Amino acid sequence: MRIVIIDDSGLRATVLEEGLRDAGYDDIHIVPPRGAFVARLERMAPDVVLMDLGSPSRDTLEEMLMVSRALARPIAMFVDQSDDAMIGAAIDAGVSAYVVDGLRKERVKPVLELAVRRFNAFAKMQADLDEARTALSDRKVIDRAKSILMNQRSLNEQDAYALLRSSAMNQGKKIVDVAQALITASDLLGGAS
Amino acid sequence: MTTNLRIAFLPLTDVAVLAAAHERGFAEEEGLALDLVRTTSWATLRDRLVYGQVQAAHMLAPLAVAVTLGLSQQPAALAAPYKLNVNGNMLVMARAFAAALAPDPAGRLSDPLGTAHDFAAAIGLWKRKPVIGVVHRFSSHAIMLRYWLASAGVDPDRDVVLRVLPPSLTVEAMRAGEIDGFIAGEPWGSAAVDAGLAETVAIGERIWRRGVEKVLAFREDWMEENPETVDRLLRAVARSAVWCDDPANHAALADLLSDQRYVDQPADLIARALSGQIVARTDEAPIANPDFMLFAREATPFPWRSQALWIYSQLVRWGMVEHSPEQAAKAGGVFRPDIFRRALVDSDVPMPGASMKLEGAVDLPLAVGSRRGELTLGPDRFFDGRIFDPERIDEFLSGFPPPR
Repeated sequence: MRIVIIDDSGLRATVLEEGLRDAGYDDIHIVPPRGAFVARLERMAPDVVLMDLGSPSRDTLEEMLMVSRALARPIAMFVDQSDDAMIGAAIDAGVSAYVVDGLRKERVKPVLELAVRRFNAFAKMQADLDEARTALSDRKVIDRAKSILMNQRSLNEQDAYALLRSSAMNQGKKIVDVAQALITASDLLGGAS
Repeated sequence: MTTNLRIAFLPLTDVAVLAAAHERGFAEEEGLALDLVRTTSWATLRDRLVYGQVQAAHMLAPLAVAVTLGLSQQPAALAAPYKLNVNGNMLVMARAFAAALAPDPAGRLSDPLGTAHDFAAAIGLWKRKPVIGVVHRFSSHAIMLRYWLASAGVDPDRDVVLRVLPPSLTVEAMRAGEIDGFIAGEPWGSAAVDAGLAETVAIGERIWRRGVEKVLAFREDWMEENPETVDRLLRAVARSAVWCDDPANHAALADLLSDQRYVDQPADLIARALSGQIVARTDEAPIANPDFMLFAREATPFPWRSQALWIYSQLVRWGMVEHSPEQAAKAGGVFRPDIFRRALVDSDVPMPGASMKLEGAVDLPLAVGSRRGELTLGPDRFFDGRIFDPERIDEFLSGFPPPR
């Protein structure tokens, strides 16, 4: 079974490809949705095409699926409405799949399930990464606010932090928000930071 | 109690009514909290609606018909009880291509028939079969472009290449030379003109004076199961539409839409469609087309069944669907004037007495029967003068040469 993954972010495609290879699929190709990707896809004659549900290239791909003679009447995977749970999981995970007509459902289902798991894993990885990035930038903001307090109120680092923390608690705000407000105020007043 | 509603949209100027309903408090007044979900492609918007990730969508009217007829992936009965706008499309072509047309852009726009013939001649002079971007096979734009090209003997499936791509990618595709022009909803045509990549060649409003554009689409079963929520949403968008139509609000509206959560393009580009001041060529004076995009006046939101059937007639014409009385009934049934009436019965929205009309028969503003309020229909001519009688689809279709 030839599987083509259409993906622009190399990382997600790699995560998906690895999973499929581990599961014993070996005819896998990654095609970025750029330039003449439709013609390339047509030459490859895939049995299954997997891509991100939100991909901007889906309109282009679907048009090709409609007019192409190389892919004999391809259809969307979800044409079998009997498996509502599967469909829901795929849509929530952001997977869209196009399957050549005639391919048995039992053969396609494991591919789709795997794609759902890998897409979810990838989304979690991205969320973790974003969280880590936010934490890092929060830390920078707090450090800067601390140094303003240390300079202007002649506090040591520990006391500066304690002051930020108690102000945040009194105002029912996050420390990073209080720190940001302090930086803004200090910038407006032309204070050195 | 507040009801949350998720509504999918594409970054286009004609999302105005939904964006303003959310931002200006019209939804809130009805106890609705809208979560507007920005989507890049029509396929994604369709799937989010069909598979229930959203309850409603800012949808191309022909796509709602096509999904219901089972022509676009998973078949699902969709319902459109409200039109979000009429008009708002623009065809732009690369400057080198446009050089073979009449030199005065205002003349081009006001004479679509002449321009179609010039366009036909320009095809032969171009270095290749012109590649024209359309946003979807089942878009008002593609249907309008086909109608216009065919009037000058151009076969849209043979003499040009129609390439599908989402509206927000059109300008980059132009820049990369992948397409020679495109027809899309605003502000994308204006953005291409502004970047010096293209010139306006035709506008939708001059091809069909009152062309069906986006609808507010629901899954039919969801709509039937949630009548109260649907009615509240329709009342909210109806009030929002009146606000959007008022020239006094156009600057604020353009500003609101320019936000990255909506269209993410400069407000002055967005304002052009709202005020009908169309800049057809970089650095030239705008050309006034006051009916470029309508939201509320002339009962714009009313979903005339005859308009769904006109769309159907064009799908049949281009061999996209097999004509049968059952299919026609299904297509016509996508537009739901009954729901519109139910929701807005106590409002001051003008309410047409009929659900179907001749399309393309009004030359000058015409006062018509209305259950309440003054209702004047604007001119709705097709540029070739044809009149569509929804009771005589076969006769209408026999007036076109058969596709090759």
